[in-house]
Formats: sequence, C-alpha cells, structure tokens
Amino acid sequence: MSEQWKIQNFISIEPTQLVDTLQDYKAEGYRLAQVHCTKVSEGFELTYSLDKDHVLTNFRIILPEEEEIMSITGIYWAAFIYENEMQDLFGVKFKHMALNYGGHFYKVSQPTPWNPKD
Amino acid sequence: MGKRTIIPFGPQHPVLPEPVHLDLVIEDEKVVEAIPSIGFIHRGLEKLVEKKEYTELVYVIERICGICSFGHGWGYCHTVEGLMGIEIPERAEYLRTIWHELSRVHSHLLWLGLLADGFGFESLFMHCWRLRERVLDLFEKTTGGRVIFSVCKVGGVRKDIDKETLDEMVSVLRGMEKELKELTETFINDYSVKNRLVGVGYLSKEDAIELCAVGPMARASGIRQDIRLTGNGVYDKLEFEPCVETAGDCYARTLVRMREVYQSIDMIAKAVELIPDGEISVPVKGNVPKGEFMARLEQPRGEAFYYSKGADSKFLERIRVRTPTNMNIPAMVKTLQGCDLADVPMLILTIDPCISCTER
Repeated sequence: MSEQWKIQNFISIEPTQLVDTLQDYKAEGYRLAQVHCTKVSEGFELTYSLDKDHVLTNFRIILPEEEEIMSITGIYWAAFIYENEMQDLFGVKFKHMALNYGGHFYKVSQPTPWNPKD
Repeated sequence: MGKRTIIPFGPQHPVLPEPVHLDLVIEDEKVVEAIPSIGFIHRGLEKLVEKKEYTELVYVIERICGICSFGHGWGYCHTVEGLMGIEIPERAEYLRTIWHELSRVHSHLLWLGLLADGFGFESLFMHCWRLRERVLDLFEKTTGGRVIFSVCKVGGVRKDIDKETLDEMVSVLRGMEKELKELTETFINDYSVKNRLVGVGYLSKEDAIELCAVGPMARASGIRQDIRLTGNGVYDKLEFEPCVETAGDCYARTLVRMREVYQSIDMIAKAVELIPDGEISVPVKGNVPKGEFMARLEQPRGEAFYYSKGADSKFLERIRVRTPTNMNIPAMVKTLQGCDLADVPMLILTIDPCISCTER
C-alpha cells in the first residue's frame, strides 16, 4: 500500500463552522470529493471530503438529529446530489439547498429508510 | 424569445443505457435548463452491511455495477485491508491492476459502441462491441466470469493467472490494437462523427473544476486528475501519465477514452513483463477493528470513493461507495444548458453515465 494511501485525515468541526471552512478551502483550490452520513447515537455523523493534488481532507461533523445544517450548495453546487441523498435516506435537514427535491430524489417505498422513525 | 416548453426525457429512452430522467426546458430547439432526476433503481446496497460479514460483502459491492465490478470489489477490499493493517502480496497487486485495466478496455469499448449507436453509426457500434467481446473472453478465461468475477477478496485475489495465459492475454490485446486503429481512424477523422461531436457539449476547465468533474470528463477539459497517479496497485511501476485533452467537447471526451484504451493495453503488457512470482493472498482472520478507512480508485468513468467503518466485529458499521457518475451529473447539467435538443443524447452519453452505480 503506497504511503499516500495511508494518510487518513479527519478533522472535527462544529456545524456552525462548516460553511466558512469549506469556503476557505475552496478558495485554496480544493474540490469536493464526496459527502456522506452515518447514523450514530448522538445523531448524524457527516463527513465532507475535499481533494487537492490527490490528497483527501475530511471534515467531520456530529449533528443532533433534530437540528438543521446549512447546505453547502452555495459553495459547491455539485453537493446537491449528496444533500438530497442524505435527506431522502437518513432525514438530515438542510437549510437553503440550491436544488431541493423535497424527499423525492430517490424513489423509496418508505421515508428515510436508513433512519426509520418507527 | 420563443415559447418555452418542457420535454420529459427518459428514464426510458433509446439512447439511454440506464434510467435517468431529465426535464428539458426548451426554447426554439435550444435547451435552456435541464433538471435531472434519478432514483428509479436505488437498491440500498450499502445497507446490507448490517447483514453480510465483511468477507461476504465483497460479492455485494461487486454487484453495484456490471461494468466496473472488479474495481468496486478492489476499492472495498482496500478499505478493509487498510482497517486491518493487511499488506497484500505484490503478485496480487499486479493481478488486481491487470484485471482493473482490462476492465477499462472493456468499459471504454462498450462506451465507444454506445456512442456510435447514439449518433447512428451502427456498423461502428458493432465493431466496437465485437472487439469488446474478446476482452470478455479474456475475463472468462482468467476469472471464470464475464461480468461479475469474484476474484478479489480481502487479503489478495482468489485466482492466479499462469505465465502462458498472461502472454496469451497480451497477444490478444496486441492483435486487437491493429483493428482498433481502424476504428480510431473513423472516430477521429470521419466527417459525420466529427459533425456530431466537435464543439458539442463544451465544458471549460474552470467549469469542470467548479462542478467537481472527474475522470475522462475532467481530463477532456484539460485537468490532469487521475487517482492512478497516487500509486495504488502497481501504477507507480508502470510509468503512467494521464491522457489529457483541452478542447472540453464531446470529441475531446471521445479522444481521451480512445487514448486510454491503448494506454491500458500498454500498461497490461508492462505489468505482465514485471509481475513477480509468489503468493496471491494472505490469510485473513478475526474481526475488523474499530476505525475508519477511505480509499479511491480510478474507475473507467473516473474517480470512485470507498469508505469502511469498523466496529470490532465481523460486521462493518458503515460502508460508503461514491461512484464517478455522482460527480459528473452536475457537469452534464451545465453542458446541457444552451445545447441543441438533437445533441442532448450525445451530451448525456459522453459523461458515460452509470445510474445503477450512482444509486447503488
């Protein structure tokens, strides 16, 4: 395994720091590589991965389930796919999404199947 | 200003290999806006992490896609190997790289055929797929499968390829090259092909960066971005340099993929020359420890992302696969704005969309 592959950067930040942090990184030339969500006991664990020169930097946010988080589509428009996916599958709530499918991005047979309410 | 109308395009359409729906807002035959919608074939494969042990999960991950299935298996195995601190034998790294590049040849030939079919050049389509068939035969001979191979496992690979078969593989691929050159001539020089591709679907380098495009889509817009540069597998030993074009149109995206077919054949030949003798796997026992690991691969369609989270159990807590089409849909939407209605199929095809990958 190459040395570069062993680098696993995870930086914890507060939900309120997300937009400013990503804006700064974008200005430095980082591109959005992916966003994903994991259900944890405290709520949602969100991971935002940015790439520059083939090295990933990952920002980690713990978001209580009932709280909303600011959309990053104003910074990286391409994030609309991830945010709609997380909204549909987990029920993560985003504020000010540039393109919001209102829970119909994926045609699922029950709401938020990866975080069922029952 | 003409009257605006909305034309629903897909999810079932003759030029669409997979189900994506677009609402095309049209004004005088020009697309002014395109709103994509997917979600018709979401299978929830990542959720199966709760029901399959980490050694079994590779079979599920491979089934994310029928074209880049080997790479998905490799990417997933890499994350688990990273979590468990496993170093796989060098011969296994070579074999993984060979199969992965063979997948690229197969995927690009399939795509070139689909593109030819899309612009109505049926005989070109058939010749591309005729050549692709030989690659599938090589897969069948070396793995036993033509679509899903199941040769990648946590700790290495399941099957070895003997020297004679490796040499035969190179000889088949070199033989294909001669016929491929004739097809390349047609793709590059035929006036009807150029008519449909040159200057169509332009994506500037700035837009490709802004929209986070990956793979041939990004490289055709002048971005030197390729995860193989990070030296995963044995790419650092194969003198690899990404194929980059600067025109940013459908033609440039075709050129990138054509050049990559030749490049992959060269890399396979080089890997066959260098492959060492030895074991093809190491024994793997025990639980996956707590922790998380991310890995990326350059799939034929572009950068793919894999993530595993261990829970000191045989079951992982979370896996995540982000496929290249996920990152190229925004760029596709951008290039559709302002294009002629008749060019919509070409634009969609040149991102090489894989929706079943995207939705998992």
